[in-house]
Amino acid sequence: MEHYRETSGRKRRVLIVDDERINCEILGNILYERYEVLYASDGQEAYDILESTHPGISLVLLDLRMPRMDGFGLINKIRSNNRLRSIPVIVMTSEADAEVKSINLGAADFITKPYDMPEVILARCERIIELSEDKTIISSAEKDQLTGLYSRDFFYEYIKQIETYNRDIRMDAVVFNIDHFHLTNEMYGRKTGDNVLKGLAGVLMNIFEDVAGIGCRAEADMFYVYCQHQFSYDNIMERIQNNLPELSEKAKIRVRMGVYPNVDKDIEVESWFDRAKLACDRIRGDYTKTMSTYSSELYERSVYHEELINEIDEAIQNKDLVVFYQPKFGIQGDKPVLRSAEALIRWKHPKRGMISPGDFIPLFEGNGLIQKLDNYVWEEAAHQIRKWREKYGRAIPVSVNVSRIDIYDPALENKLLRLTETYDITAGELMLEITESAYADNADTLVRVVDNLRNHGFKIEMDDFGSGYSSLNMLTTITIDVIKIDMKFIRNMLKDEKSLRMVKLIIDIAKFLDVPIVAEGVEDEAQLKVLKKMGCDIIQGFYFSKPVPADEFEKFIEEEI
Amino acid sequence: MLTVDALKNYGADTATGLMRCMGNEALYLRLAGSMMTEQGFNRFQAAYEAGDGEAAYSEIHALKGALGNLSITPLYDKACEINERLRADKSADYSELMNEFTSLKEEFFKLCE
Repeated sequence: MEHYRETSGRKRRVLIVDDERINCEILGNILYERYEVLYASDGQEAYDILESTHPGISLVLLDLRMPRMDGFGLINKIRSNNRLRSIPVIVMTSEADAEVKSINLGAADFITKPYDMPEVILARCERIIELSEDKTIISSAEKDQLTGLYSRDFFYEYIKQIETYNRDIRMDAVVFNIDHFHLTNEMYGRKTGDNVLKGLAGVLMNIFEDVAGIGCRAEADMFYVYCQHQFSYDNIMERIQNNLPELSEKAKIRVRMGVYPNVDKDIEVESWFDRAKLACDRIRGDYTKTMSTYSSELYERSVYHEELINEIDEAIQNKDLVVFYQPKFGIQGDKPVLRSAEALIRWKHPKRGMISPGDFIPLFEGNGLIQKLDNYVWEEAAHQIRKWREKYGRAIPVSVNVSRIDIYDPALENKLLRLTETYDITAGELMLEITESAYADNADTLVRVVDNLRNHGFKIEMDDFGSGYSSLNMLTTITIDVIKIDMKFIRNMLKDEKSLRMVKLIIDIAKFLDVPIVAEGVEDEAQLKVLKKMGCDIIQGFYFSKPVPADEFEKFIEEEI
Repeated sequence: MLTVDALKNYGADTATGLMRCMGNEALYLRLAGSMMTEQGFNRFQAAYEAGDGEAAYSEIHALKGALGNLSITPLYDKACEINERLRADKSADYSELMNEFTSLKEEFFKLCE
């Protein structure tokens, strides 16, 4: 996957600076077949050309004695311009003492006057250009030691250089990532992991060589490839897949690929691979797909997400993030009785309007910002509990979400206790909803955290019961105060017998454990009646009310006074 | 009409001159012939007559470069001598060299006509 320099389409540019037209013509005649030759008759004109030519000049051949700005003047000016300083200069002179002076100023080489044999001049020009181009990319470590692929920095520099002379060729940016590679390392040892990386690098090099690709290992198990534009990657992916079983006898290796096809040459090289990576990340965890292509919608979505991430602090500060409350009613008596509420976050964006929680909650769960959001909701809810008690003399317990990441927050207990103190509420009034995913992650931690919180009097609700595989497992090790049935079962229970039986089963489990059961997502009276008959205690859902702002919620309290 | 043979007879190192032109005889003869209209000769003459050693040095230096690259040896050699003398001392007397240079120049110009 190499040797772009020789195959590149565009000629490099050489600027001849001499006020003597005969010299210019002789030199131009020597160089024009291999280079695009530009001329200037004094230093100032040369400098203007250097400044305005894109892609830039690869070499300057400079006469020293000229009107206006002489050769020394021009060298000085080039060296003090950051963009131009790396352009090599060959001085043309007949005087030995001028050679010393120009070397001190940073000239790369000399051509004596009268000129040497044309072959010598050509060889010198070529060598100096090559040296100068290599110098700009050699400053970074060239190869990744493990795989022998380029290092990322070198890879980027190399592409930038290739692009200078191949701008018209359509190219693709491709990213490969190994699924759950850290597990390969953990389960089979680092040596196996390293062999997989080496093997995959070899497979990629081999396959992409056919389409003039170059590759690098960008980080741990992430590979980047830059290659000629492909109409389809089906064939390439198939060849890669066929090679995967060879990579390890023990580990089953799965590779994802993200493609940013026909890269936009007006944006930075680094961004091409960000885009390919975005496509690659999108299918993370989706075992039905191995390939994904970048699209502008994908890009817009990522920009949108980035903006939401940037705006979260401001949204909290300006209270654009608002806590809504959905009532929960006890249904076992003659008429429904308000029991408690669930706090749910809503984002009233000053410019975008109402943003769906589906847009930002999974995003913040993914990047940890959910903790900020949760902490905010806890505080708002605690404050609200206090306000209602003051206003109505009645405690309305409020359930708040405790995300997986909060469980690992060493300050969790203190944060919650501080809220109960600040707002003078009891721990039991703030009900904490956790999901089984926290249990699946690290059961021991969850057991310890839940025990501590319960010892302080907080009530633990198990949310979305039945939706995951470890719900039952979790019940055997953790003491729960409330079970909430996953709303999918409720939604389907009158359409599908299995869901109905599942609801019955979960209600029986709750009875067996002697804890109240909450049914979420109840939308109509038929569902309510069935749930009541089965012995469900508490109902939450649109049948009673959608989530509403705190002041609207008050009508439910007032109805019961 | 300037020819390679005429230049050779005049004393030019035409082999080297042609080599610098990548063997392109037409280019070589066109460039050599164009020396006749080279304004540098006139400016050099004027600087000499005005006794302006600085300007004369600058002009002969430029002429020397072109003559050297074309290997018009007799004129080039004389230009080198003048260049050296002026480089060492801008107020040096080089009238004798100037006479020789002028007659070599005129002889060369005749070939070009």
